[in-house]
Formats: sequence, structure tokens, C-alpha cells
Amino acid sequence: MDRIEEKLKILADAAKYDVSCSSGGSTRKNTGGVGDASVSGICHTYTEDGRCVSLLKILLTNHCIFDCAFCVSRKSNDIKRAAFTVEEVVDLTMNFYRRNFIEGLFLSSGIFKNADFTMERLLRIVKKLRTEERYNGYIHLKTIPGASAELVKEAGLYADRMSINLELPTEAGLKMLAPEKDHESVKKPLALVNDQIKAYREEGALSRYVPHFVPAGQSTQLVVGATPETDYEIMNVAQTFYKDYQLKRVYYSGYIPINNNNTLLPSVGTAPPLLRENRLYQTDWLLRFYDFRLEEILDAGHTQLDLDIDPKLSWALRHPEFFPVDINVAAYKSIIRIPGIGRQSATKIVQARQFGRLHEYQLRKMGIAFNRARHFMRCADTPITLGHLCMAKVKSLILEQAHSKYQNKTPAQLSLF
Amino acid sequence: MYYVFDGSYAGFLCVVFESFERKAFDTIPITASVFQSDFFREHREVLTDAMKAKRVQQGLARRLGEERARDFFRVFLSEDPQAWLSAYKIMLQLFRGDTGILGNYGDTDVLYFAQTLKKVDRERHRWKAFTRFSKSNDGLYFAVIEPDYNVLPLVTGFFRKRYADQAWLIYDVSRHYGIAYDTRSVSEVQMTKEEEIALPQVSITILLDERDAFFQRLWQQYFKSTNIEARKNLKLHLQHVPKRYWKYLPEKQ
Repeated sequence: MDRIEEKLKILADAAKYDVSCSSGGSTRKNTGGVGDASVSGICHTYTEDGRCVSLLKILLTNHCIFDCAFCVSRKSNDIKRAAFTVEEVVDLTMNFYRRNFIEGLFLSSGIFKNADFTMERLLRIVKKLRTEERYNGYIHLKTIPGASAELVKEAGLYADRMSINLELPTEAGLKMLAPEKDHESVKKPLALVNDQIKAYREEGALSRYVPHFVPAGQSTQLVVGATPETDYEIMNVAQTFYKDYQLKRVYYSGYIPINNNNTLLPSVGTAPPLLRENRLYQTDWLLRFYDFRLEEILDAGHTQLDLDIDPKLSWALRHPEFFPVDINVAAYKSIIRIPGIGRQSATKIVQARQFGRLHEYQLRKMGIAFNRARHFMRCADTPITLGHLCMAKVKSLILEQAHSKYQNKTPAQLSLF
Repeated sequence: MYYVFDGSYAGFLCVVFESFERKAFDTIPITASVFQSDFFREHREVLTDAMKAKRVQQGLARRLGEERARDFFRVFLSEDPQAWLSAYKIMLQLFRGDTGILGNYGDTDVLYFAQTLKKVDRERHRWKAFTRFSKSNDGLYFAVIEPDYNVLPLVTGFFRKRYADQAWLIYDVSRHYGIAYDTRSVSEVQMTKEEEIALPQVSITILLDERDAFFQRLWQQYFKSTNIEARKNLKLHLQHVPKRYWKYLPEKQ
């Protein structure tokens, strides 16, 4: 195997636990060189785990001075180490990009020597791409916590998105697994970049000649299932970060056990909590796009999301007084609360009903999950029923029809006696 | 009554023009290649006239705006006669003054039009993602595609903006034409039968850049390394990358 091939193998493998794959939201245009960061991102392929590949996601190096128990590149882990040179990363990026393999570069790194030394190397790469290669494709760059403000500010001029991972949702969890780190070291640089984005945006309103500064915004990642936080705690942290630092995304990453030496962590071979991760993303979407408040989905008395049903259905079952919603008169905001109807279908319904009252046969064709939605809505020809729906019955009806791959397929062993 | 046109978008628009000219509003647009003439099927040949077509398109743009008027072109590229008929009926309504008709999703034709538009758009997006270039030894980046719908005209602008400084060629093998870009302008290209037959083994007919195989290999390596075994989900993988695209993706070889 070629040396560069081996490096790519090691450093892609080490970077893959960072789940951010977004390549959209930027406004960078091609100015005579190569590439433009599309407003809508593009997933160029999907790995066998079903995750999208839009960026060349690599570490500059997996040498690291820290020893965080949840991280595969931790100092004490006995793995092969490698490091790319600046030229190698640039060459790989350009040749992958020109063949339309990727949408851009996702560059992270282990901390070698110190934060500034690492950040300076990352900066050199993105600067070379933008200025020498005249590359206008997408760049997602990690902010290295503890790096000096000057380096971070300069890097922001070349990157489309910057991010720092919070990793563990609570300070207590972090202290347990990564004693050298704290949440403050993440918050400070997030705030720094956010202030810069705002400053550049204000200036941009006055003049056309203001350069881009992290046009696709910032994101972070929370690891789920490594430490015992509840879903309510996790979503609370996410909410705070969305609000305080105007993050574009919070990613939730089901913890994949990679460390057998730490008894506090789930042992290697334990299945990652994929379903829980999915439910957290669904909640995140409800909060950002469906006008739900966190307290409607989770609260101090109800701290975990249901695993057998999604959070919107779960909310609906707890609120029979809200249903049935008459789709011929209800507001858009009420229609998107019907389980089985999304934002696009709701828009279609609101437009279509101006031409006449909508009947069941029309709804069936519009692309909604009709078998789910029918319990919660009323069309022009729905027979009128009196009183509230029995939600326990609705739930069992819906679950009967569902074919979830997570459902336990093998029935329990019957007892012999 | 069938109105037989030449298969071009301009020809399709001329069917609408002629319908109004002759006040014949129960016609069915069909291409010469699909239509089989027989005694019982009344039909009429519609000649393509660029000026007439332009007037229809401008009429659409006046009522809907340039961007939404282009949706008719997109739906036309689906090559689905059923969608053509829906688009045709919608245009008749539009020109009769019902300018809001495209929001009437309760109507079968409007819904079919919207769904076809979505299908074409999805296919267009897929080929923005799945088109893979190889580099030849004279610096040309070329790719072979085989889309379900005729989406090549819809991705040309995208690749032109993105790869403004490199010469490229994208060839649609199922429709026998391609688009070439020479860093200044784009043009349509056609190949001879022999050239096309040789396409699946392009690497034999076109001399590759010496480092091309190297980067294809690195890409395959990257694809393998970035996969998380513990999360394996082949069903989802297949849903996102259906098998019919695999032969054009080096990472799936």
C-alpha cells in the first residue's frame, strides 16, 4: 500500500466519528477558479452504514496530547499514528473535487504540541486552497479550543463552516471522561466566531465589498449514550447552544464503544443507541421547524423520549383535545402538528383547499402518511364522530401497521408450563 | 385528436399554440416516434415553429414568472406522455385566465404535474451528485451518465459554474448525446455508434492521466475507511444509492 493511501486510511478512520456532513448553506460563488459552495448541499455517495458522504472528512493528524476516554485518537490508545503534510491535503482535496467525488473538505485534527501550533497548520491548508488553488468549494474547519483569537479570526475568512464539539452534554460527564477539558473552552471560541459573524454581517449590510466570514455558520456535536444524561438534559443543552451561539446545527452522535479500558463507558461490542439518536433528531426538527416548544415534548416529569413511537405522535397521543384537526379550515400551524403530515404536504393542503373542500381520496394521493394521519384529521367527507378519540386504541392501531426494523421480530419464547 | 410533434420542447409548445389557433382543446400531444398511425386514430402533424414556441413560453413567463414557467420544460424532460398531457391541460387553463391553477393539488393533472416535477428534480439532483469524472492525458475531464429522465440540460449550468476552469464532457449513453465545455462555452456533441460501444471501457479508448487510477483508488480507500461497521445499514444504503447507479460510481466497483 502506498504511504499516502495508508495515511488516508488511518486519518479518515479517525475522523469518521464526527457526524457533521452538511455541505450547504454557504453563499460562496466561483470567481474564475474552481468550485462553488452550493446553497443546497450535495451528498455524493453513501457508505454502507447509510450515512452520506459529501465531504472529504479527515484529520490532519491523529497524534494528540489529550487523553479523552471516548476518543479513538486518545494519547493512551495503542493505534497507528500518521500525519498529512499541507501539500498532501491540498492535492487530495483538489483531485477529489475536480472529479466530482466530493463537495468539499472537512478538516479536523488531533492536538499536537499545542493549540496554536495545530490551528496554524489548519489555517495554512485552507489559505493555500483558497488563494493558490483558487478553490471556492465548501470547507468545514474545526476551531481548535485554546487557539489564539487572531488565528481563529483569520481561519474564518477561508472556511464556510466552523465547529467545535461539545461531545459530552454535561460538565459532569466531561469531567469524568476528559478531565483536561471543560465546557468553557468550547463556549469561548464559539462566542468569538459568532461575534465575528455578526460583525461581518452588519458591515456587509453597508458595503458589498466585505469578505465572507464563516457564511454557513457554526455547529457542534453531542455524544449520546456514553454518559447517563437524559434526553431532556441533552435537548436542554442543545436548545441553549442554538440560542446562545446561533448554531446552524447540533448533531447527536450515538456513542460507538471504542475503549475497553474505561469501566465507565459502554464496553466494545455494545450496540450504538441508533434509535435514540433518531428520536433526538426528530425532536430537534420539531423544535426548529414545527414550532414546538421543548416543554411540550419533554419535561422534568417525562425526561426520556419514547422509543416505540416518534415524538410528534407521542405528543399527539397525549393531547386528544387538540384533535381531530379539520384540514379544510385549520391553520397551517395546526396542520403540521398532525402525525403523518409534514411541512410540504401541509403547504399543498393549504393551497389546494382554496379551490374547494378536500376529500379523503385527494389527501391519500398527496403524499402524506394517510394511515397514520387519518386518526387525527377531518376531511370534507369524514364521518362525524362524537367525543374524544381513545388514544390507546389509536396507538395500537398505528403500531400494528408499522414495520419498524427496530421492532423485536422474534416473539418471546413461550413457557412450557 | 392526436397532435403529433417532433419530440422537441419547442414542438410541444407549438401543440398548445395550434390548439388555440384551431380552437381544438381536446387534443393529446404525442411524439412521432411514439405515435402509431392507424385508420381509427385521427391525428394532425404539428410543425415546429420557433417563433410560436417562444410566444407560448413568454406567455407562461408573464403569468407565472420565468422560474415557474421553466417547470414546464422540466416536466417535459420526464419523457412521460401522461405528464405531457397534464402539462398541456394545465397550459390551456392558464391561458384561459386561471393563473392560480398550479396550486390546486386536489386536481389530478396538477398533482401529477407536481409529482413529475419532483421526480425530474430528484433525478437532476442525483446526477449532480453521482456524475464521476475521469481525467484524460490531455486534461479533459469526462463522465458517462445514464439518467432515468433527460436531465443533462438541467445540470449543464451547474457543472459549468462549478468547473469553470477545466474542460469537461458529460455523455448521456441512453439518449446518445453529450455536453462538452472547453472553459469558454458549452456545446452539444454526438458520437458514432462505434465510439459509443467503446464507452463502457473508456479507459481503453481514451488515454488516462497517469495519476487518474491513483486517485480513483484513493477514493475507494476513503469510501471504505469512512464507513462505521457498527452502524451498518444496507437497506438505507440501497435506498440512497440504488443499484442502477453503481456501474458509474468508482467507490461501488
